Amino acid sequence: MSLDPLVLAAIAAMAVATYATRFFGFWLVRHRTVGGRLAAALEAVPGAVLTALVAPMALATGPAETAAAAITVLLALRLPLVAAVVGGCLALIALRALAG
Amino acid sequence: MAKRRFGPEDSFIAGAATILPLVVAVLPFGLLLGTLAAQKGLSPFEVSLMSATVFAGASQFVAIEIWSTPANVALLGATALMVNLRHVLMGAALAPQIKTWPRPLAYAGLFFMADENWAFSLRRAAQAPLTPAYYAGLALPLYGGWVATTTLGAIFGGALQNPERYGLDFAFTAVFLTLLVGMWKGPRSLWPWLASAIVAVAGYLLLPGVWYIALGGLAGSLVGALQAPPAPEASDVA
Repeated sequence: MSLDPLVLAAIAAMAVATYATRFFGFWLVRHRTVGGRLAAALEAVPGAVLTALVAPMALATGPAETAAAAITVLLALRLPLVAAVVGGCLALIALRALAG
Repeated sequence: MAKRRFGPEDSFIAGAATILPLVVAVLPFGLLLGTLAAQKGLSPFEVSLMSATVFAGASQFVAIEIWSTPANVALLGATALMVNLRHVLMGAALAPQIKTWPRPLAYAGLFFMADENWAFSLRRAAQAPLTPAYYAGLALPLYGGWVATTTLGAIFGGALQNPERYGLDFAFTAVFLTLLVGMWKGPRSLWPWLASAIVAVAGYLLLPGVWYIALGGLAGSLVGALQAPPAPEASDVA
């Protein structure tokens, strides 16, 4: 078992940040209403962050990665999410083998 | 509200029975997260500690993806904050149901709020008052399953050699893509995501490090802020 103080600090930072997000909405509603631009921006954040995470791998790494990303999305529209993840990874293995 | 007696349908067991299929669906993701974390050098204890204190799947996948040695504490904390911002809207939607609970119970309940049990809580609340017992039945099996499977994944995933052979280097991208498919809300999503993708790719190609994540997220959120406010319940991932 390894216990790196920096790892513990990172996990603590994540835990505090995450609980803050869970608590803040509850607190806000008790003091004011959340609406308008703030609500629209907050709604867009998670999707925007996830898109930023996948975009380089899906669009700027290579044709095999781009094709596998498209296949993953198509699978996720039809199948349980786990099956889509597995299918996407398998598709990438096959595509990389084809591309040599 | 008319007086009503609390019956078996308000119990812990009723909540647990409701959430059970989703607990099963989450288990493979827990194993995958643990496996990927082990590949990044995290010990099973560190993985279980993260799952037990953070308990937010998407942000944990993101954290492992950008994990470095030594750990970048500020970056990981800030990224968890951004990925989990949807909780603010979820908590706001849940607040009317739990504000009548004893304060410590409400604060504890918020800690366990996740996409799955949040959605079922609101569904329950549409029919009857949400009891702490029913909410605990929704939340605790999901929590226990998540901590257990991520830890198991870390124990056994560390032994995997050459994860690229199994396409595991693509697993993060695949998980995030499937999460995005579930979050898709048509044109409301299109423009923020397009802005995020363009800025992220540009940042990835032009800037060092992982700035592209924050810049893409910021660009998408700003475009999102230009849109009409969301409908009251339109804040769920699942």
